[in-house]
Amino acid sequence: MLKDNFNLIIVGVGGQGLITLLSIINEAAIIERNDVRSSELHGLSQRGGSVETHTKFGYKVYSPLVYNGQADLILGLDVLEAMRALNRAGEQTKFLVNDYYSPFQNSLPKEEIIKALQENLGERLFVVPASEICVKELQSEVVSGVYLLGYATKHNLIPLKFESVMAAVEKVIPQKYLELNKKALNLAK
Amino acid sequence: MKKILLGNEAIVEAALACGVDFVSGYPGCPAAEIGDIFGKIAKENGVYAEWSTNEKVGLEAAIGASFSGLKSLVNMKSFGINVASDSLMPLVYTGTKAPMVIVVADDPSCWSSAQSEQNSRAYAYLARIPMLEPADPQECYDFTKLAFEISEKFNIPVILRTVTRANHQKMIVEYQPHSAKASRGVGVFVKNPQQFGTMPPRVLEQKQELIEKLEKVKKFADNKLNIITKSKKPNSVGIITSGVTHLHTLETLEIMGLDLSILKMGMFYPLADAKIKSFIKNLKKVLIVEELDGYLEKEVTAIAKDTNPKLEIFGKRGAPWALPEIRELDAEKIGVALAKITGKKFTANKIKPVAVPRRYPKLCPGCPHAFTFAALKRVAPDAIYGGDIGCYMLAGYPPNDVQDFVFDMGASMGISHGISKATNPASAQGFGRARQKVISLIGDATFFHSGISGLINAVYNKSNPLYIILDNRITAMTGHQTNPGVGKTLMNEDTVLLKPEDIAVACGVKNVKVLDPINVKELEETIKDFMNKDEVSVIVCRRICALLEKRIKKAQE
Repeated sequence: MLKDNFNLIIVGVGGQGLITLLSIINEAAIIERNDVRSSELHGLSQRGGSVETHTKFGYKVYSPLVYNGQADLILGLDVLEAMRALNRAGEQTKFLVNDYYSPFQNSLPKEEIIKALQENLGERLFVVPASEICVKELQSEVVSGVYLLGYATKHNLIPLKFESVMAAVEKVIPQKYLELNKKALNLAK
Repeated sequence: MKKILLGNEAIVEAALACGVDFVSGYPGCPAAEIGDIFGKIAKENGVYAEWSTNEKVGLEAAIGASFSGLKSLVNMKSFGINVASDSLMPLVYTGTKAPMVIVVADDPSCWSSAQSEQNSRAYAYLARIPMLEPADPQECYDFTKLAFEISEKFNIPVILRTVTRANHQKMIVEYQPHSAKASRGVGVFVKNPQQFGTMPPRVLEQKQELIEKLEKVKKFADNKLNIITKSKKPNSVGIITSGVTHLHTLETLEIMGLDLSILKMGMFYPLADAKIKSFIKNLKKVLIVEELDGYLEKEVTAIAKDTNPKLEIFGKRGAPWALPEIRELDAEKIGVALAKITGKKFTANKIKPVAVPRRYPKLCPGCPHAFTFAALKRVAPDAIYGGDIGCYMLAGYPPNDVQDFVFDMGASMGISHGISKATNPASAQGFGRARQKVISLIGDATFFHSGISGLINAVYNKSNPLYIILDNRITAMTGHQTNPGVGKTLMNEDTVLLKPEDIAVACGVKNVKVLDPINVKELEETIKDFMNKDEVSVIVCRRICALLEKRIKKAQE
């Protein structure tokens, strides 16, 4: 059980599996005997729009919302959405970002986005080619969030044990996709 | 039992624990999972569940069930209660026979709502209906049970007014696993026209009965729902909270190291004025923390006039740091206000704003709407475009840009007619060509929900819009719910399949064409042809939602 709450925001694009990822983290937090509250959004935003979900875990959690500047970690499944989340970040907030970009008309060039993230975050930025690795090794893009979560546990970016996350995956993911998700988690170095 | 539950899942669990027999409603975010879940589990639990054509019909179905002695749960999003309100008003007068709980899910910050930032608490005043406000999934469970209890005891419908952050919040919920009923409850209708109608002179007697009932509800529920948590040491500052704002407030107090008394109002209506009186009697300052309109603040201001005229009341009014009436609240916004009131420090995080281009939601790959939007832009770039509620609202975003107005469910039909009449007076006499042609888009479910009366009106009044019904064989935006055009009920039973083109013909439309929008040439030719008609015309663009098609194929594999 954690003494201080851990405040996490996950950002990405609708369809990237944010809600499943949130469920895994929630279960892992419970396995480690934390209190947990999370908040998710459904609806039109799912259709390829920006999506943001919150979760908090620790000894005692009151509000399910992470307010501006309160996040310990922002998990970005898309670089532009990570850049958008700079508006939610405090001076301590770390960013673990999937080196993946779903661009659209009149959006920014990727180099500019990475530059903005680097300039704003410095050593608090961790960019990992999760999508590339998952597509190459597992022929599946949608598990890149799970890969990132594995990475976060192995690099102490999230106060959850790798084993707890694995147990949570076994609990949350349907049998049909379980092996794929476990592989994605195990890929993370 | 302890398990992590979504607010909506907790509502379902509680309804099952109370032995609900009859579930109706219309899918809308953030309430839709309630009906979705019942669709999957109703049969095995001895429950009847349906998606109704719209919220009004959904409420009426539950009224019929209640009058026949069955326990009912009605579910809808905020705007649903606007549609249902016509039947809600007399229902509160007649009262229920078997208990009924109506879930109305508001969406402060409009995360998935396009028409207004509605505060449905106002309906409590308008209808004089008891209204409970849960803060989280645990309270979604506890309050749903209490709502059934109140409804059963006093024969009155009860609204469970939720917000997105309660419906879509997850936490560990403690609850009693329900036991499945052996078989579906069978109602018996016992005639009692004196009770089940509001014909004068009964209507005013019933109003009197209602007023008396509400006093009893207040007495019964006050201590169960309106909770005072006293500060450890006496303090002259107090806080009144409601719903999810209570959680943010507790967090703020912990961050600031403040020890203040809190009155949490779990029941918005009937208002426990005596409880508020006792809470504010000895305070110097009180902060009212509520989202959107300051209804409680106004009530407290009125109560304080007699009880504690010197009391300083803070909430939505006055100071620039006052709580905003727009958007949901969080611990930071409350912290800023509390710092001003108590003189204690709360450091709001300084955020250096970074400009990022907006990512518009977009049509899914293979979406049939894309073909229609593109054809319209090519063939009729200058038409006036009406929009309606559904995935096809994306017509309003770039690069589609074929939506000049959008309102509420079905409204495109009536507004398009009004524009046609206003801009093309010649058509009223039945000659001349439209100077500005109105082309209006509506989905299958929205057409069934409340488009049909608009269509009838346009035909009857000799109007000339071109109505395009985008029939993707499902209610897509809210998560693929069935509707009268699908041929399946919520409980997955086969049923009659209603066709919008048949309805259009029955409504007197002479120009009706059904086509697959991927046949671009046919679509474009038909648009061109119907553009020149001086009467109402209807094109049904029929092609299954691309996501649904993919899912069906996957399931068959």
